[in-house]
Amino acid sequence: MDLSNISPIALIASLMIAATPILIAAIGELVVEKSGVLNLGVEGMMIIGAITGFIAAVETGSPWIGFIAGMAGGAAIALIFGVLTQFLLTNQVATGLALTLFGLGMASLIGHSYAGIKPPRFTKLDIAGLSDLPVVGKLLFSHDPMIYISLLIIAAVWFFLKRTRQGLILRAIGENHDAAHALGYKVIRIRLIAIAFGGAMAGLGGSYLSLVRVPQWTEGMTAGAGWIALAIVVFSAWKPWRVILGAYLFGGITVLQLNLQAAGATIPVAYLSMAPYVVTIIVLVIMSADSKRASLNAPACLGRIFHASN
Amino acid sequence: MKLLKTLITGAALAVGLAGSAFAEDKLKVGFIYIGSTGDFGWSYEHDQGRKAIEAALGDKVETTFVESVPESADSERVMTQMAITGHDIIFATSFNYMDHVLNVAKKFPNVKFEHATGFKRADNVSTYSARFYEGRTVIGHIAGNMTKTNTIGYIASFPIPEVIRGINAAYLAAKAVNPDVKLKIVWVNTWFDPGKEADAATALIAQGADVIMQHTDSAAAMTIAEEKGVFAFGQASDMMQFGPNARLSSIIDNWGPYYVSRVQAALDGKWVSTDTWDGIKPGMVEIGEFSDKIPADVQASATAIKDAIVAGTMHSFTGPINKQDGSVWLAEGETADDGTLAGMDFYVEGINGAFPK
Repeated sequence: MDLSNISPIALIASLMIAATPILIAAIGELVVEKSGVLNLGVEGMMIIGAITGFIAAVETGSPWIGFIAGMAGGAAIALIFGVLTQFLLTNQVATGLALTLFGLGMASLIGHSYAGIKPPRFTKLDIAGLSDLPVVGKLLFSHDPMIYISLLIIAAVWFFLKRTRQGLILRAIGENHDAAHALGYKVIRIRLIAIAFGGAMAGLGGSYLSLVRVPQWTEGMTAGAGWIALAIVVFSAWKPWRVILGAYLFGGITVLQLNLQAAGATIPVAYLSMAPYVVTIIVLVIMSADSKRASLNAPACLGRIFHASN
Repeated sequence: MKLLKTLITGAALAVGLAGSAFAEDKLKVGFIYIGSTGDFGWSYEHDQGRKAIEAALGDKVETTFVESVPESADSERVMTQMAITGHDIIFATSFNYMDHVLNVAKKFPNVKFEHATGFKRADNVSTYSARFYEGRTVIGHIAGNMTKTNTIGYIASFPIPEVIRGINAAYLAAKAVNPDVKLKIVWVNTWFDPGKEADAATALIAQGADVIMQHTDSAAAMTIAEEKGVFAFGQASDMMQFGPNARLSSIIDNWGPYYVSRVQAALDGKWVSTDTWDGIKPGMVEIGEFSDKIPADVQASATAIKDAIVAGTMHSFTGPINKQDGSVWLAEGETADDGTLAGMDFYVEGINGAFPK
């Protein structure tokens, strides 16, 4: 094994690219869950975002419009879930699963004529002077803009949940929707907004996948990324900053194991492939060891149906 | 979720059958695919084969397919459902459907089964595969000539004989023209995950590979090669549109002729269980057009290799070849027998590392 072949800087750059789709999807789902709604349809929303973003980017030639369309697509399909669960009071778990199946099928259908097309290139940041700095330039100033935006989104969500009145209301609804309702807050309206935001983020993550990470459209290309995003929300104990930790850890181990293999590591591949999942499980176990703290973090009304007459 | 999906596809199949219950004289042909028909790789080419049946036999047949069927008990349910709904012949197009095919075949002795790339047969189960390694010999030759860093990256899926055979054949051909060539192999443990395949290609390129080969189903690696300005080969399908500059050539699976002949045999009542393993000569493996980035002399020598394989004067595995541990596998001039090839579970000498067991 020749570890000197692995360049830490290249490794960090590729782990960020691998982690960003799940990072963005996870932060959206975090907000949804903070409002007390469990939407298991992240995978379906991501793939819808991947194809709507891809189509818009190809048709207009602008990746930025692609990202916006990806958000719109993800939010639109999330609102189907919102209407079903908030107005028709369907079971959230079943509806979320159905949303995943629906999204995968729907994306294949609308993406049929877009396989094999190249999306417009999304250029990396190149700040004169800064990006050329040795090491630091490569490490901090040479990624594509969406990576910085994803981190800004995390910061914004943290600020919103922790420091604003609206964030407090959203958390209150997630903790006890009956009490929040009694205080006069519009539980359903706020949850719908949260669901749409979650869908938009999942769609943005999906379009990052089809426009930057792979970049192409292939049916079923999310290949389980939505489920990883769901796991990362739990991993992060519903804390925005920890989503970065979870997503980069997961993406990092995935990329690292591929690099180790290329460098000729003699560790059995099965172990390397399972490593990201094993680490996630270990961290979950460590975190939930203190059961009081873990249960404090989960929104108390998560997945429970709200009806004003209750 | 998988179960749900299977139930839905099962219900869809049942409904589809009810609609066509009157067309009883038609031969019903079912296909199950591991990936989606839009993967532009493995499953896509099988579906092209299905369409070839429809084109060739028209009204005499009716074809159905179920895509993205996992290689688990789910596949057994899908095949059982197909058998119950009156399919006469079922093509199962992935290696690990193997035992599930045999289980279902035992329960439905009157239904004919065709299992791709497998090796277990029964009276109503045929197996068929293509000698993809012949294609690997041709593209390995090109790769060995084209690499400037003497490093070829290889994205592998699962350590089954077919994949190991491809790695060995590619390496031997590359080594023959470039003694310094190194093969870096990354196992991704999946047939289809564009994100992971793309990451694997990125990792290989970052570590100096300037020619990428793959034994996975999506065109993600080709896209990354195009972006990073290195070379790659189309796998299973031509993949030209994904890497107009990166693509040097391709190995194309052409299942159509085989599928048509087997269904025709079933129509004529002449279907018997067989084992088919065809290569470049009968056209089951096609070599995609050479890119003009390949120098003329290399194009000529690659064509010569292809012609020699077709003529039968050359075999991908011709001695002297040692196994990875240095023990002799094939003596001077000896060629590998099909039995050893079918169960190949070792690297040849010169390849570093071990495959997952």
